[in-house]
Amino acid sequence: MKYQVQENCLTIFLPTELDHHNAEEIRKEADHLIERNHIRYIIFDFEETAFCDSSGIGVIMGRYKRIYMLGGEVCAVHTNERMKKMLTMSGVTKIMHIYEEEN
Amino acid sequence: MENTNEMELIFDSRSSNESFARVTVAAFMTSLNPTVEEVSDVKTAVSEAVTNAVIHGYENEVHNIYIRCRTEERTLYIEIEDKGRGIEDIEAAMEPLFTTKPELDRSGMGFSFMEAFMDGLEVISEPGKGTVIKMKKIIGKGRKLWTAQPL
Repeated sequence: MKYQVQENCLTIFLPTELDHHNAEEIRKEADHLIERNHIRYIIFDFEETAFCDSSGIGVIMGRYKRIYMLGGEVCAVHTNERMKKMLTMSGVTKIMHIYEEEN
Repeated sequence: MENTNEMELIFDSRSSNESFARVTVAAFMTSLNPTVEEVSDVKTAVSEAVTNAVIHGYENEVHNIYIRCRTEERTLYIEIEDKGRGIEDIEAAMEPLFTTKPELDRSGMGFSFMEAFMDGLEVISEPGKGTVIKMKKIIGKGRKLWTAQPL
């Protein structure tokens, strides 16, 4: 898993397959980084992601809850049509903005 | 019977086997000539059911998960079974966003995704006995309509 920290912003480059198995690892590593670097903003980068299930949605919701308490925000970039559909269906789009283009 | 095919898969309830399970079912269904979208739908649904068996059915203990697949004409039937703890209230479990394990960052969308991406979903479960998820997917619905569209 690749991560990038810029000041108080964490970018998580999500894996090809975002399932329960991978989600556990992201959860642990991201929470560690969030705590250590006083992260307020998280960008989920879906560029490499070809598969996602409800465990992936759970990771986003969980990170949002953490950051929200601290007054932060989460957003998503490089989402394909399928990811958008799943994010919309699960209602995550109500708490997370999806940026269409590179930001 | 003609135009039918069957397979059965038994594997350990480890989270690393979730991708193995969905990829295997995806490979099995290729004879039905599905679209990329249809394969993704089935992979997501299988992943949800297997993840449920690993986390909720067996609560991260390692036991067997059973997958039985059958194709009949252009319909794919999938059964995913665990002999774990079972579901107490199936109706509640199927509600969107319902989860018994929020502390594990479960989104509660598993059954909702299975319902949305498949053409049929049946949940049979008994506390202490286990759970069977029966799903079906009709492959090539509206395919003619799609090919008839101009380029």
